[in-house]
Amino acid sequence: MNTFLSIVQILIFGGLVGTTFYFGFKKFKEIYSNIMLGKPETINTTLGFRLKSMFLIAFGQKKMFKLTFAALLHLVIYVSFCITQIELIEIFLDGFTAGHRRIFHLAEGTFFQSIYVFAISFIEFLTLLTLVVTIIFILRRTTFLINRFNKPELKGFPAKDALTILTFELILITCIFLMNGADSAIRIKELGHGYGFLIGDIIGSMLAGLSLGVLEVLEKIGWYGHLCMVLGFLLYLPYSKHLHVLLAFPNTFFTRPEAKGEIHNMPAIMHEVKSMIDPSYTVPATDGEVQFGAKDVFDLSWKSLLDADTCTECGRCTQACPANITGKKLSPRKIMMDTRDRMEDITKGKKEHGPDFIDNKTLLGDYITAEELRACTTCNACVEECPVNISPLNIIVELRRNLIMEQSDSPSEWNTIFANMENNQAPWQFSPEDRLKWTEELN
Amino acid sequence: MTYKAPIMSELVAEGKSPEVVFWVGCAGSFDQRAQRVTTAFTKILNQLNINFAVLGTEEACTGDPARRAGNEFVFQMLAQQNVATLNNYGVKKIITTCPHCFNTLKNEYPALGGNYEVIHHSQYLQTLINDGKLKVEGGAFKGKRITYHDSCYLGRANEIYEAPRAVIEALDADLVEINKSKANGLCCGAGGSQMFKEDEPGNKRINTERTGQLTEVYPEVIAVACPFCNTMISDGVKAENQQDDVKVLDIAELISQANSY
Repeated sequence: MNTFLSIVQILIFGGLVGTTFYFGFKKFKEIYSNIMLGKPETINTTLGFRLKSMFLIAFGQKKMFKLTFAALLHLVIYVSFCITQIELIEIFLDGFTAGHRRIFHLAEGTFFQSIYVFAISFIEFLTLLTLVVTIIFILRRTTFLINRFNKPELKGFPAKDALTILTFELILITCIFLMNGADSAIRIKELGHGYGFLIGDIIGSMLAGLSLGVLEVLEKIGWYGHLCMVLGFLLYLPYSKHLHVLLAFPNTFFTRPEAKGEIHNMPAIMHEVKSMIDPSYTVPATDGEVQFGAKDVFDLSWKSLLDADTCTECGRCTQACPANITGKKLSPRKIMMDTRDRMEDITKGKKEHGPDFIDNKTLLGDYITAEELRACTTCNACVEECPVNISPLNIIVELRRNLIMEQSDSPSEWNTIFANMENNQAPWQFSPEDRLKWTEELN
Repeated sequence: MTYKAPIMSELVAEGKSPEVVFWVGCAGSFDQRAQRVTTAFTKILNQLNINFAVLGTEEACTGDPARRAGNEFVFQMLAQQNVATLNNYGVKKIITTCPHCFNTLKNEYPALGGNYEVIHHSQYLQTLINDGKLKVEGGAFKGKRITYHDSCYLGRANEIYEAPRAVIEALDADLVEINKSKANGLCCGAGGSQMFKEDEPGNKRINTERTGQLTEVYPEVIAVACPFCNTMISDGVKAENQQDDVKVLDIAELISQANSY
């Protein structure tokens, strides 16, 4: 091939890859700083515990299988997504050297040729399965109207986001088959037989009637299309719920170790109350103003913000939520989506108006309302359901704390039980002296 | 036999130290329905000669509803008071019939300096049965269709699914599982301080939804292990007008009734 053309090809390839990495890196840095808007939280776990959670839950998809059918469909896309990356090795090698199927040509005639052919055929098989699954996914989102995909919080961008990626996938699958098929057709024309690919050769024999020039163009379209879809996906990820393909790993790595029923202690209040009970107790010095609970994303732990960025809006939490099932406004998925939207709005504002940007909004009130928070029974169904160990409950409790303790915004019945608990040591208005009255019924 | 509920302060004054504290809880002390569970469990402890005590007037609410509603001040006041009382008596082991008390005592008191072995009565009964100390006569429940409603604070919150079922199985009863059980169980609607306020606007009550799931398998008894679930599911059964056909009973009541204590 002519050297000039090769240099042009390498420049185009390098340009595409370089631009993607530049913008991708910038955006991922932004995601990282979004998460770091949160407050520090120490997660007390050993490396062994962290790796185990990550391997079982993110890598092994253990919790996905609570819904078997959805899990199997997702597994096809997941395995295929991972294994298809093998093909990228050759695409990158060819791209940077202006070559064509360099690995194949290295392996040709040796034992490794059959391994190469097997690998590509296996990828083709998975790609075909992915095509089927992608179509099922599109139908699930558009035609079958699965309840959890049909909730108010998914209207607008989230619904479009899901379909965008599925369309990406359809294009990617077409490109893979076009690339392998056209390539195989060229080989059939030149040598009388294809590569031995499972599906590429079949498409190749169908395309073999086309002229060599057309086939070469088709092969290039497939090749560049495949590359552009992969790079485009990488750039689109941070704007999309599909960020979970990366963040599921750190999020499960940093799984909180506590029993689900435990709500985090508030040391500031513990010390204050201790000093009320025992005047000789000295409250340890704290730096800065203490704010109770969370009013905005800055007041949440970084782990809750990582949770929000990891959420892929599958809605299993909402589907299991007793409040949502019975028509209340609360949807745990919306809690996660609102938290992420709030982070993004802050970052967007900072980009447009400078680093000191502050708006008059807060997560509590402008994004999440008291009515939603008050419907929660703290039953942990949402936490149990989440396939990537997100806790909507943690955010709900922190926001409730702010509502009650900073804003004194409490339903009157709750004010009554607080008063009873303070005065009678029980939520009901019974005298503490009557605590043993039940013993009268003993005999 | 004459059943007794020994009081901690009195035992200590007599120089005795009980092996375990039975944490009765506010529902168990004041709620009429839950009181019957408290007496049933106390009778079992008496029958087996367990060396136990109750705190009586020294027991205060664990603070669970306050912490979950978001009022940490009230939680801390009650919790610290309880920790002081328990530590003062050198309590090592606590049994409770309430999963909310159980969860708070077990998981949340250690951060306040209260470290105890905390056991839910379902676990305690299971151990007594396994050790052969508690013999269950099939009696009243032999062959009866019993389904079990998982309490969130026992189940998902603390992963105790088998103990209450083991107790039911010891009755020689026909334990029927509903579709949404164990980790997939639906809340009764009382948790997170919902017990103490009106529902937020919606189209159904949670206890009605849950009761519907439970009565789908036509049980003669719905077994529970939580005083709040007991209230909620009993109300649900009444709303379905099934109170004559379906009894809602705590696992302690199942044992005490089976053994005619």
